[in-house]
Amino acid sequence: MPKQNKTNKSVMIGLTKCPTGIQGLDEITGGGLPQGRPTLVCGSAGCGKTVLAMEFLLRGALQYNEPGVFICFEETPEDLTKNFAALGFDLNDLISRKLLDIDYIRIERSEMSETGEFNLEGLFVRLELAINTVKAKRVVLDTIEGLFAGFSNEAILRAELRRLFSWLKEKGVTAIITGEQGEKTLTRYGLEEYVADCVITLAHVSTEQIATRRLRIVKYRGSLHGTNDYPFLIDEQGISILPITSMGLDHAVSDEKISTGIPRLDTMFTGNGYYRGSSILVSGTSGSGKTSILSEFINAACKRGERCLFFIFEESPAQVIRNMRSIGIDLEPWIKKGLLRFHAARPSLYGLEMHLVTIHKQIKEFKPDVVAIDPISNLMNIGTLKETKSMITRLADFLKASIITGIFTNLTQSDSLEETAVGISSLMDTWLLLRDLEVNGERNRSLYILKSRGMKHSNQVRELLLTDKGIELQDVYVGAAGVLTGSARLSQEAVEKAEALIGKQGFEFMQRELERKRKILEAQITAMRTEFESEEDNLKRAVAEEKLSEKVTVQDRADMGKLRKADK
Amino acid sequence: MSKSKAVENVLRLYVAGTTPNSVRAIENIKLICEEYLEGRYDLEVIDIYQQPVLAKGDQIIAVPTLLRKLPTPLRKFVGDMSATERILVGLDLRPK
Repeated sequence: MPKQNKTNKSVMIGLTKCPTGIQGLDEITGGGLPQGRPTLVCGSAGCGKTVLAMEFLLRGALQYNEPGVFICFEETPEDLTKNFAALGFDLNDLISRKLLDIDYIRIERSEMSETGEFNLEGLFVRLELAINTVKAKRVVLDTIEGLFAGFSNEAILRAELRRLFSWLKEKGVTAIITGEQGEKTLTRYGLEEYVADCVITLAHVSTEQIATRRLRIVKYRGSLHGTNDYPFLIDEQGISILPITSMGLDHAVSDEKISTGIPRLDTMFTGNGYYRGSSILVSGTSGSGKTSILSEFINAACKRGERCLFFIFEESPAQVIRNMRSIGIDLEPWIKKGLLRFHAARPSLYGLEMHLVTIHKQIKEFKPDVVAIDPISNLMNIGTLKETKSMITRLADFLKASIITGIFTNLTQSDSLEETAVGISSLMDTWLLLRDLEVNGERNRSLYILKSRGMKHSNQVRELLLTDKGIELQDVYVGAAGVLTGSARLSQEAVEKAEALIGKQGFEFMQRELERKRKILEAQITAMRTEFESEEDNLKRAVAEEKLSEKVTVQDRADMGKLRKADK
Repeated sequence: MSKSKAVENVLRLYVAGTTPNSVRAIENIKLICEEYLEGRYDLEVIDIYQQPVLAKGDQIIAVPTLLRKLPTPLRKFVGDMSATERILVGLDLRPK
């Protein structure tokens, strides 16, 4: 037995409400059904009236300690027991614990003839008997219109029904009365005339071969209530209603930032990554690396020990794991550790709302820190853009309110700014755009941050490379030749390298030339100096010789004079 | 009321206390029985307020209700038993 104790915010003061315990119904009714009054639940055959009514009793008995009485006019208690066993409820157990009493009222027109005035006191007595047996606080009459098949005197019936509803009010039991949908009226026999406090309609709508159950509160006297058509589903845990549009925008936010799993992308978000609890949209054309971005983020989250829920709508989990392993991201250990759960479903498996309900249920059950959906665009195939948008809105709201980081991929058809994405991008806090740049016969992936609310972020386009070690972001070449990626970037870089090398070599050559010239110059200087020195020597010698010869000459003369004995 | 061994008609009338309809029904059915089934019937009058469990077992919704338990098939007559002709037909005392 699943237990879902929900906190019920009462919108109205004054009117006491009786919590149904049905997932979502208490939210849209602002706390439950009107306490001590009858509520009419109507709809066509097979829309879930009996399930809703019975679940109201069962949850009341199990969660709120309010025993209930189920008066059935159509199904036998044996059938009911069988049907609800499939939903995980053991009616016989509840009956033996005096939490539930079922009375089957069989009306066989063929064996009955009317012989004058009568009233329905028998019904009252049996109802009272049942109520007293279990001290019931809740009563279901399913469907009381069965009476109209048994008796022809409609005037008496109507008077008795009126009496019955006021009698129920007097008893102070909270009642659900179900009714078949009529052609022009809510119910075939106009029961809404008698039950004026609260009317709920159920419908089973089928669009494009995908059926969705919807619930609407037509009327709730004295109380605020959600007025929309709320989708709901019946599964092995009973009814779940999605009240998401009733959520306001008053959720708390987190200032914490969490890594994207790609270091270079973190630095693009001023170093820290996404905000926790924000919604991130990764959009791009086919094969631009969206799932890889998601996987990097999930991988990083799991490394931090966070729980991740990964919804995939176009691949099988095994396929994703294999593909991600090829770029060095191994998700499998996280699954084994219980940190990561995949939920794969074909978009066309069921209606959009059903997907949303499933996603919600999974989230409530798994309590993840991160929810990834790949891709949300596939869901657009099964609904209109408006429906999808409203669904994503509700999902994003729900995630934000629970401070769960949501990351979604969106497959776009072309590089024109994604008309479909525009619809939902306004809900997203961060939008990463992946693009294929096709130049010179090759395609390269690029990434940029289109927006990121509440944080500085780089406005630069980065080239996204899928390597053996995950995603790498590279600066694209930005220069005179424009933005280049891939081999064009590489070749441009090579050209520049070569040019730089040539320049460097030229410089070195000039340096050597200069050195050489200096050496020549110096050699010349040395030679000249040597020449000068030798000339100087010669000159000195000449001078000395001259002096010597002069002296000699003088001496010679003197000597001659002496010899000649010349008188002076 | 006759208690002979050759009881052919076992009748049970459910009433709700002493409401006018109930009182009238008892009077009417007694007259019919005495007149058409004298010595051949067993009529039991049950007050649903006293015996609600019986009412549940006999699938009583409206009161007064007359059950013809025997002879089979089971027949139900709802009302104050004022439509004598219809009761006589239903009890196979008159050709249809």
